[in-house]
Amino acid sequence: MAREDIIAKVNEMLAEEFEVEQSTLLPDAKLKETLNLDSLSFVDLIALIQQTYDINIPVEDLPKVKTFNDLYDYIESRLK
Amino acid sequence: MEHRVVVTGMGIWSCLGQTLDDVRDSLYNGKSGIIFSQERKDAGFRSALCANIPRPDLKPFISRNMRQFMPEEAQYAYMATRQALENARIDQDFIDANEVGIIYGNDSVAEATMNALDKFRQFKATSACGSGAIFQSMNSTVTMNLACLFKLRGINLTASGACASGSHSIGMASLLIRNGLQSCVVCGGAQEANMYSVASFDAIQAFSTREDAPTKACRPFDRDRDGLVPGGGAATVILESYEHAVKRGAPILAEIVSWGFSGNGDHISTPNVAGPARSLELCLLNGGIDIHQIGYINAHATSSHAGDGREALAIAKVFGDYKAPVTSTKSQTGHEMWMAGASEIIYSILMMKNGFIAGNINFENPDEDTACINVVPDTIEQHFDMFLSNSFGFGGTNSSLIVKNL
Repeated sequence: MAREDIIAKVNEMLAEEFEVEQSTLLPDAKLKETLNLDSLSFVDLIALIQQTYDINIPVEDLPKVKTFNDLYDYIESRLK
Repeated sequence: MEHRVVVTGMGIWSCLGQTLDDVRDSLYNGKSGIIFSQERKDAGFRSALCANIPRPDLKPFISRNMRQFMPEEAQYAYMATRQALENARIDQDFIDANEVGIIYGNDSVAEATMNALDKFRQFKATSACGSGAIFQSMNSTVTMNLACLFKLRGINLTASGACASGSHSIGMASLLIRNGLQSCVVCGGAQEANMYSVASFDAIQAFSTREDAPTKACRPFDRDRDGLVPGGGAATVILESYEHAVKRGAPILAEIVSWGFSGNGDHISTPNVAGPARSLELCLLNGGIDIHQIGYINAHATSSHAGDGREALAIAKVFGDYKAPVTSTKSQTGHEMWMAGASEIIYSILMMKNGFIAGNINFENPDEDTACINVVPDTIEQHFDMFLSNSFGFGGTNSSLIVKNL
């Protein structure tokens, strides 16, 4: 899957799920602040990515996913 | 010192309406909230009858992250409680400055539990359940959600007493207030109305199959009744000590005079006569009430063959020759189960405050058991100042409340 397709799909999905404007989802923005995530709702983000791309995300991978770019990178690497 | 317990606010989300005025009018006009659901038929239900309850939109009131914790019944309960607090003239400043508790009836979270575990099994990862699943799938989901949303700092407890849950919640809250342990308690009952919540109930052939005439299907006490119709929603009443209510200038609607309860200690689904009769007797005894003071009886009667007959015999056993008017509002709402004990207190108070008794719709002929009581088939204009409300549940749990006009 092309990176631009991942970005488009992820942004659309996250904007809808977390009720924010897509225009606020900038590549270097922090996921937690932008999507208003706490430790509980971060689980929803992980679940959404797992279900959409049918990948299992181990807990130890989470610390490296902080920005939207990190998330796109992570999904891209897992789909290769 | 014992405190008198009064009702200062009511709120409801029901198939008869989502405001007290609409519900009052529906009761008066004998409106039925029952429909045929093609979705249930297609899914494999033996009986596809159910109550028609709109889903509330909570987006204007509650953030996304908090809504994640709320299953259907908590959403209904939130709307009913907002309304009840407003009705009682209790705002957030008051709650922040005073200890307000919550005891609410709920006895299932079927759809939320099913959805979470389906995802777990599908994706073979517990994280697939999402953040809300644990909070949605606990039986105390209504009280945990409402206590956090309204910042309640008093008693925080769920009453799970099958179809008497709502009534038990009011009874227990009234005891705490009467004994001075709480001054103000939010109580009520909530019932999920999705088909998954009652699929197993349909399995034991408890539901009416009169699918060609949905509004005629629920017919408590009638000779030709053939089972109940599942309903749902939520109902909230605000209870306070009389002194507390007077001190803050609250609207005082009615008084919870007494609570009676009992267990059948018998069959898991088939009720008997002795258990319910003891609940009624204890309620009258606890309140020091003579049967002739009871101007109306809101029966538990669900439209089941055995249950209605035995409740009629229990009422006749306790009330003897005094034929107090009896109706079951379930004829209009279907069986609101965990919610019913609370919603039926609201229905009865609305009747009491507006001088009428809503007819037990679809009651055409008694049978040999139900002929012993005075079932009112059509709405009548009638003043009364005290009523008795019965709620009974699986496992033989019985609860009765006596409420007085103020």
